[in-house]
Amino acid sequence: MSDKKTERRDFLFTATYAVGAVGAAAVVWPLVDQMNPDASVKALASTEVDVSSLKPGNTITVLWRGKPVFIRRRTQEEIDVARSVKMEDLIHPEKDEDRAKNPEWLVMLGVCTHLGCVPLNDKGDYDGWFCPCHGSHYDTSGRIRKGPAPWNMEVPKYEFVNANTIKIG
Amino acid sequence: MSDHEYTPKSKAGKWFNDRLPLLTLANHLTDYPTPKNLNYWWTFGGILTFCLITQIVTGLVLAMHYIAHADMAFESVEHIMRDVNYGWLIRYIHANGASMFFLAVYIHIFRSLFYGSYKSPREIIWIIGIIIYLLMMAAAFMGYVLPWGQMSFWGATVITNLFSAIPFVGEGVVTWLWGGYSVDNPTLTRFFTLHYLIPFLILGLVVLHIWALHVPGNNNPVGIDVKKPSKDTVPFHPYIVIKDGFALLMFMIVFAFFVFYAPNILGHADNYIEANPLVTPAHIVPEWYLLPFYAILRSVPDKLLGVVAMLSAILILAVLPWLDTSKIRSAVFRPLYKQFYWILVADVLILGYVGAMPAEGLYLLIARVATAYYFLHFLVILPVLGLKERTIPLPLSITEPVLGGSPNMAMAKKKESKIE
Repeated sequence: MSDKKTERRDFLFTATYAVGAVGAAAVVWPLVDQMNPDASVKALASTEVDVSSLKPGNTITVLWRGKPVFIRRRTQEEIDVARSVKMEDLIHPEKDEDRAKNPEWLVMLGVCTHLGCVPLNDKGDYDGWFCPCHGSHYDTSGRIRKGPAPWNMEVPKYEFVNANTIKIG
Repeated sequence: MSDHEYTPKSKAGKWFNDRLPLLTLANHLTDYPTPKNLNYWWTFGGILTFCLITQIVTGLVLAMHYIAHADMAFESVEHIMRDVNYGWLIRYIHANGASMFFLAVYIHIFRSLFYGSYKSPREIIWIIGIIIYLLMMAAAFMGYVLPWGQMSFWGATVITNLFSAIPFVGEGVVTWLWGGYSVDNPTLTRFFTLHYLIPFLILGLVVLHIWALHVPGNNNPVGIDVKKPSKDTVPFHPYIVIKDGFALLMFMIVFAFFVFYAPNILGHADNYIEANPLVTPAHIVPEWYLLPFYAILRSVPDKLLGVVAMLSAILILAVLPWLDTSKIRSAVFRPLYKQFYWILVADVLILGYVGAMPAEGLYLLIARVATAYYFLHFLVILPVLGLKERTIPLPLSITEPVLGGSPNMAMAKKKESKIE
């Protein structure tokens, strides 16, 4: 077999493998992607909550996209504590001003950023939230202060539709 | 593999066997030469086969009555318990069968660790075994989710969230696993599908596991190679079949005790409360057989490193044949390894205990020490020990200590020195 002939074969083999690989990937992708959230799940993207009955110092939990969302009407004391914390004391530094635009209202996903449990209200070393699963402590701004969770509880996109109604999502 | 050519006696048998040599295979399995000194720790392979078949049969039956839907799963399990004829029995066998399966597999694994069954030339058998073990854990975890109780839901949430520790793509992977933004109906239906699939994958791997075993043949308590067939071996049937059968009967007594007298003792009461995404149970614990790894996960304060440590604790077993540098298989001839072996057993039991306790204070400290020791055993002690340890001389054959009238190795040692 001459060298020239071998090179021609090599090219054909490589080209065949390449087309085969692209074809296989094209077949596999729908099989993988079908597991991602479907259209009906995505459609449930927002929810509206009436918060008129909520008194200062109380929290309600609502379900949004299958996850709990904490809506807390904070007392002035809680706001003062949350706003006086120094940034260097935080594991995941975020200003309370950025987390709660309207200081009286704290809206965040009630999901521990460690492994997804629902933290308990008014518990823990920082009088905010405490996750019973693996012992993460959150402060009155929902920021992680102690324990294995890496981040603060997430603040979702939300807005006040009117004085009494919050739209999440 | 038996070397002699097998020919069926009947004409029809010969006709069939020439076209598909199933009878040759059956003959190989019955005549398979087995070391005659196998003790009862060697009966757990057969017991595990029984466990797998039990899980598949009861699982098939349960699947005829179970409904994989977030709104109906919990009630359909109660329906099985109350309305379906013998449904309670079949479900209790299946649920406790999972625990019995793990009990047997842990004995089987620790048998290998003691007698060095993972060493050359049996590395592939061992690695297939580890893959089976991983699949068992996946199947057990997903099966626990199906009743859709509180522990099902929150166990699923915590375990799937482990993947969120992967840098950059973690969140996307978790959403993909869930098929949504939380554990919900799409998660349940896919877990049911996979829970149904995995036992058949395990069955296929068990065939490979046994195939790979039948190439070098069984290890044995003395851990030296046997000549087969020879005076060192007996045919699998009837000798080992009877011994395995007797051990299986004993095992089934334990199994039946749990099914009939304490069917819920290994479960968690919270799983009789229907899943509620708004309330996390005060104390989430996995099933007992996953507790040591759960303890390792929680003992590391960093999320990603905790997950890495937990996975490494399992995967480190796959490379064990190369971490253990000793050529001597059986711990009987390794006085130091024998002690470290029992320390490891204690270490894993301690990890299991602290895994069930809250991760704080003294428990957390014990979990950290035990986790460190676990890795120390595999990464430092085993490699060094193989090079430094003074081992007891091996007998010349497995028959020698037996004919010496004593199974005790001091006798074998004495004889050895006489020969020298």
